[in-house]
Amino acid sequence: MTAQKKFLSVAVAKPKVAFFELSSCEGCQLQIVNNEATLLDFLSLVEVVTFREAMTESSDDYDIAFIEGSVTRKDEVGRLKAIRNNAKILVALGSCACFGGVNQLKNRFDPEWVRKEVYGDHPIETDAARPLEDFVAVDLRIYGCPIKKEEVERVVTDLVLGKKVHMPRYPVCMECKANENICLFDLGEPCLGPVTRAGCNSWCPNSRAGCWGCRGPADAANMDEMRRIMSEKGITEETFFDRLECFGGFKDQLITYRKGSL
Amino acid sequence: MKINCNVDVHHLTRVEGHGNIRIRIKDGKLEEARWEVVETPRFFEAFLSGKKWDNAPWICGRICGICSIGHTLASIRAVENAFGIVPTDQTRKLRLLLKHMETLQSHVLHLYFLTAPDFAGVGSVFPLIEAAPDIVSRAAKLKLLANDACDIIGGRRLHPTRTVVGGFTMLPEKNELADLNKRLKDAVQDLLLTADLFKGFSVPDFSRETEFVSLKGDGNYPFIGGDLISTDGVVKKESEYRLMTNEYIVEQSTSKWSRLSRKSFAVGALARLNNNYEFLHPSARQISDSFGLGPVNHNPYMNNIAQLVECVHVVSESIDMMEELLGSSFDEPRQQVVPSAGIGVGAVEVPRGILYHSYEFDDTGHIVKCDCVIPTSQNHANIQHDLEALSAQYAEQGKKDRDIELLAQMLVRAYDPCISCSVH
Repeated sequence: MTAQKKFLSVAVAKPKVAFFELSSCEGCQLQIVNNEATLLDFLSLVEVVTFREAMTESSDDYDIAFIEGSVTRKDEVGRLKAIRNNAKILVALGSCACFGGVNQLKNRFDPEWVRKEVYGDHPIETDAARPLEDFVAVDLRIYGCPIKKEEVERVVTDLVLGKKVHMPRYPVCMECKANENICLFDLGEPCLGPVTRAGCNSWCPNSRAGCWGCRGPADAANMDEMRRIMSEKGITEETFFDRLECFGGFKDQLITYRKGSL
Repeated sequence: MKINCNVDVHHLTRVEGHGNIRIRIKDGKLEEARWEVVETPRFFEAFLSGKKWDNAPWICGRICGICSIGHTLASIRAVENAFGIVPTDQTRKLRLLLKHMETLQSHVLHLYFLTAPDFAGVGSVFPLIEAAPDIVSRAAKLKLLANDACDIIGGRRLHPTRTVVGGFTMLPEKNELADLNKRLKDAVQDLLLTADLFKGFSVPDFSRETEFVSLKGDGNYPFIGGDLISTDGVVKKESEYRLMTNEYIVEQSTSKWSRLSRKSFAVGALARLNNNYEFLHPSARQISDSFGLGPVNHNPYMNNIAQLVECVHVVSESIDMMEELLGSSFDEPRQQVVPSAGIGVGAVEVPRGILYHSYEFDDTGHIVKCDCVIPTSQNHANIQHDLEALSAQYAEQGKKDRDIELLAQMLVRAYDPCISCSVH
C-alpha cells in the first residue's frame, strides 16, 4: 500500500491484524473505522487481513487479533480458542471483552427467566456473559465503552515499534482535574471518576456526565473512600451500585459490598 | 437454460452482525432460499428489569454501535412520555440535529464503504483508497463532518454522553455550531458529487410489491415521534406500535420477525421516502426525481438511493436549523425529572428504519417491563421474501451461480441490516 515504514532508520515490520466480534454492539470496531482523520495513517502501519464488518476477504494468518464482545454462547468459546491459536498477540477490545460489559447485567437473573422474558417458550441457547480471560489468555486489554480510538492507535503503534504497552494506573479524576472541569459532585451528579482507570481523558465528565466506570478500577482504587464520598454527597447506594454494576469492571467490589449489606 | 445453483454465504460481510444466505436451485427451479440470522442475543429487555429510569438511555444506547444515538433518543423519548415530560423547543431542535448527523454518518458509511465496493467489483473499500483516492477522501470528509457534529452536540459520536432524560447535560458553543454550519454548506457539493457517482452504477432491476412502514409526516419529513403509517393505508398512534410490529418467533433466526397487512413489510429510508416524499426538503426531492425515485417504489435496491436522498435532506434541514439556533439565545439545557408510574413509548426513525422503545415504570421510577423493536428485525421477513422472489426470477433468467450470489448479497446489504441490533 505504501513505502516501508521506518523508525530511527530501522525498517518496521507491518503486522497482520485481524478484528473479531463476539456478543457485542460492534461499536468498538466502528470506532476504528470512525478514525477518518488518522485512519489512513493507521492502515499504513498494519495489514488488515480480517475485518468482517468492512471487507469480504478474510484470512487465518495474522499476528494480532483484536476481539470485541463478551462470551455468551458455546460456539463463541470455540471461535475464541481458534483465534487464540492463530494469534501471537490477543487483545481484548472494550468493556464487553475485558469485563463482560453491559451484557453481564443479565447474570444477576436466573438464566431461565431471562430467556423466557424475551423468547417465551422458544428454546434458545444462552449462557452467562463472561469476559475473554475466563476462557483464554489475554495479552492486552483496551478498556472502555466505547474504546478511545487514540488509545487503540497508541497501543498499535507501540506494538508495531516493539515498545512496551503501558496503561494509565491513575484514575479518571486526575484527567478531569487537568481538564479543569467543574467537579460533578459540586453539580450534584454521581461520578466514579475517583476510582476508574484513566486513559479516556475524562470523556464523560468533560460533557458534565458523571463517570459510570466503563474502564474498570484504577490500580489501588480507594473504594471505601469513594463510598464515603457518595454517601456524604447524598447519592443513594442504589445509584452508586448501579454504576459499579453497569460494565462489570467492579464486580468483585460489588460482591463484597452486597455481602456486607446483607 | 435450466440452471443448478448452490449459494452458501456463511456470515455475510460488510453488514453489521452475523447472518447467512442459502440458495438452492435445481434444473432452473428454486428449491430453497433462506436468510438466516445467527447472532447471539444479549437480552437487554430482560436485564433492564428493576433498574431505575436513568439507567435506561445509558444502557439501551449500547444495543447498537452504529445507531447508538437513535437508541438513546428513543429510550429518552419513552421515559419522557411515561413521565409526561414535554421537551423544550431548543431540546427538540438539538436532538433532531444530532439525529440528522447520525443519519448522515450512517448513510455515508453504508453507501461508500459497504455498498460501493459491490458496484466497483472489489471486496472492500481498502483497494479503493489507492484506486480512487478522491472518492474515498470525500466519503471520509462527509463522515468526519457528521461525526464531529455528533461529538459537539451529543458529547460523543458513539454512545453519546450529553443526551439525558429532560434535555442535555451541556450545550454546544455557538462558535462550534457556526463552524459546523460552514462545513454543512460545503457538504452539499460533496453530496451532489456522490449523486453523480451513484448515477454511474446500475441498480439491479428487481421489484416485489411490498408494504412500507414509517413515521407519518405532519408537515415535515419525520424522524422523532408522531403517528405511524403504512403504504397499505394503516395509521396508528405511537403508543399502539405493537399493532404495527406484530412480532413473532421463527426457527431460522435468533431475531424475531414482523408482519402487518401482508406476510411481511419493510422499514428504512425507502419506506420513509415512500410514505413522506412530499415532505422532503426541495433540494432532496430534486435528487430523488433525478433518479426517477418517487412513491411508491418497490425495488429494494433503491433503498441505497433513498439513503442518498436522505443525506441531502438532513444536511439541508440541518443548515436551516443551525441558522435558527445561531439566531436565538440558548435557554437552560435540562429540565427537572419527576418519575411516576406508567408506560411510555418512543418511536424514532434511525438510519435503518423505525425503532421503538417501550418501558413500564412503577411509581418509584423503576422498570417493570421493557420492550424494544428494532428496524432490522422488522425487515428480516421481507428480506426472506425478497430473496425467494429474486432467486426464482434469476433462476428463470438462467443467471450464473456467481451472479446470483452477488445479487443476493447486494440485496441484503441494500437493507443495510444491523443484525446484532436486531438480536439485542
